[in-house]
Amino acid sequence: MENSLNYAAIAFDGVLALVLLVLAWQLLRSPNLFKAIVLFISFGLMLSLAWIRLKAIDIALAEAAIGAGLTGALFLTALDRLQRREENDREEQDARWKSQEKKPIITTEASDQGLAAMIRKNKNHFFSRPLQTIAAISVLALTCILGWTVWTLPPFSDQMSALVSSNMPISGVENPVTAVLLNFRGYDTLLEIGVLLLAAVGVISVAPSAVMRTGSSPSPILLLLIRLLLPFIILVSGYILWIGKYAPGGAFQAGAVLAAGGILLATAAVRFNLSASKAMPLATGIGLLIFLLVALATMIICGNYLQYPVALAGTLILVIEAAATLSIAAVLVRLFVGVKSDTDNPAPGEDSQTLIFEEENTIK
Amino acid sequence: MSLTDLLGTFLIVLAIPFFWGGSLGLLRFPDIYTRLHALTKADNLGLGLVVAGSILMSKEWTVGVKLLLIWLAVLVASTISCYLIANAARKRKINPWKIP
Amino acid sequence: MNIPLLYELVGVILLGMGLYSLVVYSHPVRKILALNVSGAGVFLFLVAAADRTSGPLPDPVPHAMVLTGIVVAVSATALALALACRIHQVSGTAPLTDNEPE
Repeated sequence: MENSLNYAAIAFDGVLALVLLVLAWQLLRSPNLFKAIVLFISFGLMLSLAWIRLKAIDIALAEAAIGAGLTGALFLTALDRLQRREENDREEQDARWKSQEKKPIITTEASDQGLAAMIRKNKNHFFSRPLQTIAAISVLALTCILGWTVWTLPPFSDQMSALVSSNMPISGVENPVTAVLLNFRGYDTLLEIGVLLLAAVGVISVAPSAVMRTGSSPSPILLLLIRLLLPFIILVSGYILWIGKYAPGGAFQAGAVLAAGGILLATAAVRFNLSASKAMPLATGIGLLIFLLVALATMIICGNYLQYPVALAGTLILVIEAAATLSIAAVLVRLFVGVKSDTDNPAPGEDSQTLIFEEENTIK
Repeated sequence: MSLTDLLGTFLIVLAIPFFWGGSLGLLRFPDIYTRLHALTKADNLGLGLVVAGSILMSKEWTVGVKLLLIWLAVLVASTISCYLIANAARKRKINPWKIP
Repeated sequence: MNIPLLYELVGVILLGMGLYSLVVYSHPVRKILALNVSGAGVFLFLVAAADRTSGPLPDPVPHAMVLTGIVVAVSATALALALACRIHQVSGTAPLTDNEPE
């Protein structure tokens, strides 16, 4: 029985590894971009299975929510925008540009090198055939060298995991990944929330409108889905946040689930105007703000930056995680709206409401 | 293994042909409506069998309730997204496949 | 060959595939997809390396690093896609097409 379970595990891992490689190869080489993105979403789900096989349950949760779900939605939205070729869209674009007096940056008088020329000539590959072969050989050599290095790696020392397990009692939580993420290496998480905010600032500066507009009002079935799922999503997000102390879970997974709820809401509304929302700037910034406040407070009280007093560690971690969940959800929704929206100015009369589902119903 | 473990494993193994049939339908059926039909019905039933087997094999009843909630949530979401996809296909004038 | 080693090698191969696609293809969405695949390969290597402990539990420090990495990767992808859409919106000439590879 033991041996057969072992063989089954080896077979499963072998098949999963093969599926991952074939999916990646297919998605990188498929000429149809929509197919590539769908394959990428299934690649993300297979990767979640691989995380579970490697005993990384927190990462499996995060990958299923963020890596497969959110990234797939972002890609599909961007692809839809990039492939608009209908005539009425061109006329709308021309009219908008004339009214704003914007000139295209990449004009036909520009030089014949670089990305612009490639786009104009509609070339699929960047380089000619000989250079492609050289690139392929170099990357193959790099992969072989890395593979040989990996093969001859010595067995790792258990120093880090021994340190973590011996210090778990003073960390304030029982899940080792949460302890590492928010206590032992809390500085990395602080900077990571800062990076999220930076990406939001970047998207806001590139696509300044936070307005999404769909042509028709949503079907009542979609509204039913929102009415059924959205409270459930909020509840599940809170549960994942709370359970992060004892079991796999935590702020990132909870934030990703909440962001999925926000994106569901955004996709169903007829007009979604994030810049009219008064809660949005607060929600976006509150994660970093609370984290910095806690860090400064611990520096003043305990002498070291981000050194929690042992009795308060659990509470502080929960407070930081709650603020981080809100912040992560707000930033991810803002990123999605930034990629999706293509209107630069809100129409008059939209400035006051955040969500509009039908012409008569308005929701703040 | 106890009786409940055996029954649970049997239910999970019983779900394999349902998932296989759903995927086969996705690959082989002629148009989008029939593919949606195969996917949602077969896969949801397969998931229901997996959940039933897992409930039998779970050690506490709270885990069983959570598994049931997962199945219900997947049922709701997949049904409604199946309708939305079919509606969008209809709006783009994709006609159902007719027997030639 | 044990299980972590298998996934480590898969991670290295994914990194190579993504790197080649990033360099060779010209469509921005393809490049961003290739970057994501490379990132997935690197994460796979890190987590598989974390499983090489002598006890039953894996090392949680690389898990935390990869969790951070996934969130940073999605925000970088979003920024890159917003930039690509902006280029498309502003460049005015033919949209970024994607021909069949020759």
